[in-house]
Amino acid sequence: MEIDFMDSQIKGVSTGTTILAVTFNGGVIIGSDSRASIGGYYVSSKTINKLIQVHDRIFCCIAGSLADAQAVTKAAKFQISFHSIQMESPPLVKAAASVLKELCYNNKEELQAGFITAGWDRKKGPQVYTVALGGMLLSQPFTIGGSGSTYIYGYADAKYKPDMSREECLQFATNALALAMGRDNVSGGVAHLVVITEEGVEHVVIPGDKLPKFHDE
Amino acid sequence: MTKSTRQPRTKILINSGMALSNVLEIPTSGFNFENVARNVALEGLLEGGQTKTPKPMKTGTTIAGLVCKEGVVLGADTRATSGEVVADKMCAKIHYISPNIYCCGAGTAADTEKTTDLLSSNLTIFSMNSGRNPRVVMAVNILQDMLFRYRGQIGASLILGGVDCSGNHLYTVGPYGSIDNVPYLAMGSGDLAALGILEDRFKPNMEMEEAKELVRDAIHSGIMSDLGSGNNIDICVITKQGVDYIRPYQESEYKDKRQKRYKYGPGTTSILTEKIVPLELEVVQETVQQMDTA
Repeated sequence: MEIDFMDSQIKGVSTGTTILAVTFNGGVIIGSDSRASIGGYYVSSKTINKLIQVHDRIFCCIAGSLADAQAVTKAAKFQISFHSIQMESPPLVKAAASVLKELCYNNKEELQAGFITAGWDRKKGPQVYTVALGGMLLSQPFTIGGSGSTYIYGYADAKYKPDMSREECLQFATNALALAMGRDNVSGGVAHLVVITEEGVEHVVIPGDKLPKFHDE
Repeated sequence: MTKSTRQPRTKILINSGMALSNVLEIPTSGFNFENVARNVALEGLLEGGQTKTPKPMKTGTTIAGLVCKEGVVLGADTRATSGEVVADKMCAKIHYISPNIYCCGAGTAADTEKTTDLLSSNLTIFSMNSGRNPRVVMAVNILQDMLFRYRGQIGASLILGGVDCSGNHLYTVGPYGSIDNVPYLAMGSGDLAALGILEDRFKPNMEMEEAKELVRDAIHSGIMSDLGSGNNIDICVITKQGVDYIRPYQESEYKDKRQKRYKYGPGTTSILTEKIVPLELEVVQETVQQMDTA
């Protein structure tokens, strides 16, 4: 099978994807789908992990070229770890996001990867940062990203409320992912969600058939 | 998404490679394009551009692997093609990395060969220095760093399988440097055919014989449905006890029989004339270097 890479903007395996992160009262939920594709028509992995733990209470989710994203998060993990050891305290979420931003901005010609960093720290509590393709860093109460996010901007804007409870937030994130996966061909598989709070980190995996179904499914 | 024109830069993203104290090779940054000038010169020499340089040998291939209860089973076909010609009918695509790790390679034959050789040498040095058998995840990380550094110019798609103290592992490494940890896998030009068989019959914690049969069937399906794969099937079984490299596991039923003998003994060609011309050599300089045998 000779795969023609020319028609896709991303060479190699890409995570055409849906990723999101939402703060709630006491924590933050970060979520993604699990599909990796080549050229927009071949699913190279149904179970790729896009939620990467860069520190105890900080996760980041990846979008764009899988190779670029994995290389950047590897470097970022090392730098954040080192920073945390030097400071003798857990890193701030902003610090982790800045590390990713520096890597993306300084290498913007070679890289094609975007990130959402979310976590909890003692200073500011739950936070969400988005690092876009060219290296822009932005802090928001919630954010969505990836190719599938275009289909759920309306839903997210309408349904998000500040200070939700954990269950409400989980439902919001699950619905958003299910809607995006339903419309975007390069998002799919299972829904991975991670709930980060002061107490700890909890993984929730929702297989495709257990996702909420909407009117036409 | 903005589409930017990418100019190659010599800046590197990460200091890739291994801990310096443990390994011989210290990877240099950026690209090494020394051979490009040589290739251009060679092409110019070959009858003013009439003759084309030979195409690189690709292993249009089917490789597969799966994790079973007792270990990891890797399988590959044995055909290597160069354009439309089968260049090697008994090509070994399952490469040795370390006593507990083997790697199947698809893509450009030279790239997979050299990459796995390099990895194997470095891991040997590492295990001598540290006194430990390397872990599969370490091999994967080294491969990822190297392939990412070369930005896809090294056309190697690899399946890495092995057994170490933390269990049985199977990883895929793409040519751009992306990795994934999976229970079963197929790669190469025949991957879709092989994947169909694997998706249908794979179960977690399979018995060894069943696993070997499944990998054989997957490679067989690739051989039947893909032009770039063919000839025999190699299987490599890695367990805690050791490695069983069965080459070939199954020979092709379409093996041809030679019609004649192609070996010619001395005396086949008769000598018509013989002329001996002595070469006049002049001794210009003679030096004697004592060998220090103390």
